[in-house]
Amino acid sequence: MLEQFPCPCHCSIQISHLGVKRGSQVILQDVSLTAHHGEILALIGRNGAGKTTLLKAIMGQMPYTGAITFYDAQGQQIQRPRIGYVPQSLAFDRSTPVTVADMFCANRSGLPVWMGHRKAELKRIEQMLEKVGAHSLLHKKLGSLSGGELQRILLAYALDPIPDLLLLDEPVSAVDRKGTGVFYQLVTSLRSEYHMPIILVSHDIGHVRKYATKAAFLDRTVVMQNTVDKVLNNPVVRETFGLDIGGDR
Amino acid sequence: MDAIYSFLQQLLPFEWAQFHFMLNALLAVLIITPLFGLTGTMIVNNRMSFFSDALGHSALTGIAIGVMLGIDNYLVSMLGFALLFALGISAIIESGTSSSDTIIGVFSSAGVALGVVLLSLNGGFSKYSNYLIGDILSIQSDELVLLLFVLVAVVILWIFAFNRLMIASLNPDLAVSKKINVRLYKNLFVIAIALIVTVSIKWVGILIINSLLVLPAAAARNVAGSMRSYHGFSILFSMVSGLCGLIISYYWGTAAGGTIVLAAAVLFFLTFAFNRLKSRA
Repeated sequence: MLEQFPCPCHCSIQISHLGVKRGSQVILQDVSLTAHHGEILALIGRNGAGKTTLLKAIMGQMPYTGAITFYDAQGQQIQRPRIGYVPQSLAFDRSTPVTVADMFCANRSGLPVWMGHRKAELKRIEQMLEKVGAHSLLHKKLGSLSGGELQRILLAYALDPIPDLLLLDEPVSAVDRKGTGVFYQLVTSLRSEYHMPIILVSHDIGHVRKYATKAAFLDRTVVMQNTVDKVLNNPVVRETFGLDIGGDR
Repeated sequence: MDAIYSFLQQLLPFEWAQFHFMLNALLAVLIITPLFGLTGTMIVNNRMSFFSDALGHSALTGIAIGVMLGIDNYLVSMLGFALLFALGISAIIESGTSSSDTIIGVFSSAGVALGVVLLSLNGGFSKYSNYLIGDILSIQSDELVLLLFVLVAVVILWIFAFNRLMIASLNPDLAVSKKINVRLYKNLFVIAIALIVTVSIKWVGILIINSLLVLPAAAARNVAGSMRSYHGFSILFSMVSGLCGLIISYYWGTAAGGTIVLAAAVLFFLTFAFNRLKSRA
């Protein structure tokens, strides 16, 4: 486990008493969670525990009761927070002629990408990509990237512009071992560089143990929220993830 | 208009350029084909070729409604019905009750059937059968102005909305995380396609309009390496097949619309072969 990150910055996300219903079915109730700058909060739970629903509520894609509040570095509330989102694996048409440069320019530049790209913008993007070790991929088509390359591109994309919260939804489930290590090292180094909390959804207890700073065990509500070690030693968590039978993965 | 004709006749010392209807058709092709090349890219990217096909078919019902209401200009009733039709399909697809190809198939067949039934009520369907294959040689100069307006409107939309539309078509979740109103942009796009299909259907024809929208972009995809070259090739292929098709149809005495589509199909297979050879090399 990583040590708690000492920081004078107050930026954080606070979720209090959040509930989501679909028809009469309760999907989430009374979820209260907090993540601060420098923390990587791991959300764990069995399938159907409501992890994806919680992410959708945070991104504003799903109506909910309760409150989700964001605070900036000075502790002021942010009204329209920016959320960086790295999906599990990007579902897209792999034969599309969209290049990495097209994707980034379409996000920030006023010039329509079918007319071309501005040189200054390309330079800025190249610098961003350098941070995730992907500057050589600028003019590659998205469909030609490997799983690991694509996730690093998506990480850089989520950070442009720098968000108030970074959401990682099982970001390495389609990435090989080496790519996984590189990805998490990047995320870890981002903690100090950018002012934002990070929420990580992962099924892989090994990754959670290695990279998260705290964990929350979700089962329609927050069953437990604590340091990673304490959560992973909880008997219910150990049973859910088969930690006593199969051992730590 | 006369000035344009004499300029074109000086520029093109060919037999076919002596006729005003051919020059009108030439101008129409020069306006319609870049429009189709430009929008076709996103139709193919969004996998919406069945959708634009259905829109073309709905025009028949639009005409029928116009006839029943006693409107002289069917454009109004066609456009009105096409917009309702397009937004209706979108809304039902979004509700997620059936797969999108099924929903589009149902709408498409219903659109044609309703049009045929309504138009044949008075036993006069054959009067409208020229809408099926279109007749670009019958276009008048005031209709050219209308097409030009549509081209300008779509280019403006493509300048201001394209980037967000592209991200939305790449992956909706990613677009939402960038605060893009996916539904708004999809609807804008759908409205644009309805507009293009409706204003050009009289000259291109219900049966082949979709080929003209899809083929140049599909051919461009075979050779494009970025969004810019994708659009460039798509517009180029669309214009080349339009011009070649029109001129060939004059000498062969064939229907212009069909000849243009055949030219586009030839380009598609050429680029397809090029792409296969390149990936093997």
